[in-house]
Amino acid sequence: MAMAEEKKLLITLESGEAEQPFRWSAGIYGSRFLTELRDNKRFVGIRCPKCGKVYVPPRRVCGPCFVELSELVPVSDEGEIVTYTVVSFGFVDPATGKQKPVPYGYAVIKLDGADTYLLHYVDETDPAKIRVGARVKAVFEEERTGSMLDIKHFELLER
Amino acid sequence: MEPVAIVGVGMTEMRRERKADGYADLVYEATRKALDDAGMEIGEVDNVVTVSNDFFDGRTISSMAVQDACGSYDKNVSTVEGDGTFGAAYGLMRILSGSFGTTLVCVHHKGSESRMPLITNAMFDPIYERFLGIEAITSSALQARAYMDKYGITEEQCALVSVKNHRNAFKNPFAQLPLELTVEEVMASPYIADPIKLLDCCPISDGASAVILASEERARKLDVKPVWVKGVAYCSDAYHLGDRDLSDVRALEEAARKAYAMAGIGDPARKVDLVELYDAFTYMELMWLEGLGFCARGEGGKLAASGDTAADGRLPVNASGGCLSGNPVLVAGLNRIIECALQVRGDAGERQVDGVKTAVAHGINGPCGQSHCVWVLGGEK
Ligand SMILES: [Zn+2]
Repeated sequence: MAMAEEKKLLITLESGEAEQPFRWSAGIYGSRFLTELRDNKRFVGIRCPKCGKVYVPPRRVCGPCFVELSELVPVSDEGEIVTYTVVSFGFVDPATGKQKPVPYGYAVIKLDGADTYLLHYVDETDPAKIRVGARVKAVFEEERTGSMLDIKHFELLER
Repeated sequence: MEPVAIVGVGMTEMRRERKADGYADLVYEATRKALDDAGMEIGEVDNVVTVSNDFFDGRTISSMAVQDACGSYDKNVSTVEGDGTFGAAYGLMRILSGSFGTTLVCVHHKGSESRMPLITNAMFDPIYERFLGIEAITSSALQARAYMDKYGITEEQCALVSVKNHRNAFKNPFAQLPLELTVEEVMASPYIADPIKLLDCCPISDGASAVILASEERARKLDVKPVWVKGVAYCSDAYHLGDRDLSDVRALEEAARKAYAMAGIGDPARKVDLVELYDAFTYMELMWLEGLGFCARGEGGKLAASGDTAADGRLPVNASGGCLSGNPVLVAGLNRIIECALQVRGDAGERQVDGVKTAVAHGINGPCGQSHCVWVLGGEK
């Protein structure tokens, strides 16, 4: 079918800006994690009584041990890069409806005192200047609401 | 395991946009082809498994909306939300339960109808990860970097996979993106998310596929070359990316170990004649080959460079062109099974590899291969 003819004869329907709004519970420990970020610019994890692993963000169950967790422990706002990327394609943030300017740095970060990793932005857009193992520190937003975006990004401590 | 065979396969052509076809049209095309391939009529199908994803389809319980198209009307129909390899494994189990002699498994996907990054972003945790904009490509870039950094895998080694698989696609009429490329051209393609470049990525695709599985008793009544299921296993890693070492392939190693044990395969590198695996990004082919036991950890790059994985090599990998040449999500895994079945039967047309007795198909579910499903298929029971 020729392009013009196809346009005339084949119908597609747009959903428009239809949305499915949700309201997700962060749970008791998730709420504690986010309120600590918001109110004190601090990170908290939770320790497994069986394997000793410290989970960040904290959650109720250690998957591998399948035991319930309750011991909240402070973890550092500094850590190291486990892996990273520099993102070059535009992405419309579903939270704000705005596109984050590209490029931006993105990393998996192991905070000191944690055994699991966090995902967040890193303030470097040249991949050659980032490396696995590089030290980073959290930089917080002035206005905080109790979300992961209360952390502005992680700052590279070595360049 | 009681013998179960693949007795019919059908797939649509994978295209960037199948504008004239809705989901149901694609499902009907694939189902009709699978029935014709098996020489069966819909009345001989004892039960149906449909596979789809509600976010991609933009409707809830999306799998139930293709009822007419897959002939599940008035039948026992059940659903899998995940890759087609997992849907087929469920279909297999329904025969093994003894309740059904045949299962039709159909999978559909139209990547053209939604905005891919928004959909794949939605697979991540809404509290901790989703608002940071992570999606399939970004998360895969993080995994690629972790893997490449740990084992010294180079971008050139990854580029070899793009060159090979896009070239293989010329012989596959169902493929969407046959390309004649050089390593230099892949290397010169723009970074999407470092170290992943445009030509390291699969395309967005529309397509559907279907397979019919049958018990030995039912398979024997058909005039077909049965392809026997020798072994199937799957295994899942943690959900949160931050709970995983993205450079490791624990879940795949475990799934492969179990599938090979079922199939009585001690050394897959010697016993397997052909592999179809889920290469959504080039680095995945290298990583999954390691996890599937075809080389040691960290040796995937060398294996790619050796030429052994070429269509005429010692161990052809993605002779169909792989997901890099057409990736209707969910469908892509079932297409790996279909390709293996066709190769074992000797019905793979121009892309037929000589003497395929045992083939391995592989699919993934969840970000960065959270979960892996491994199938071993063979021409002999
Ligand atoms: Zn534990």
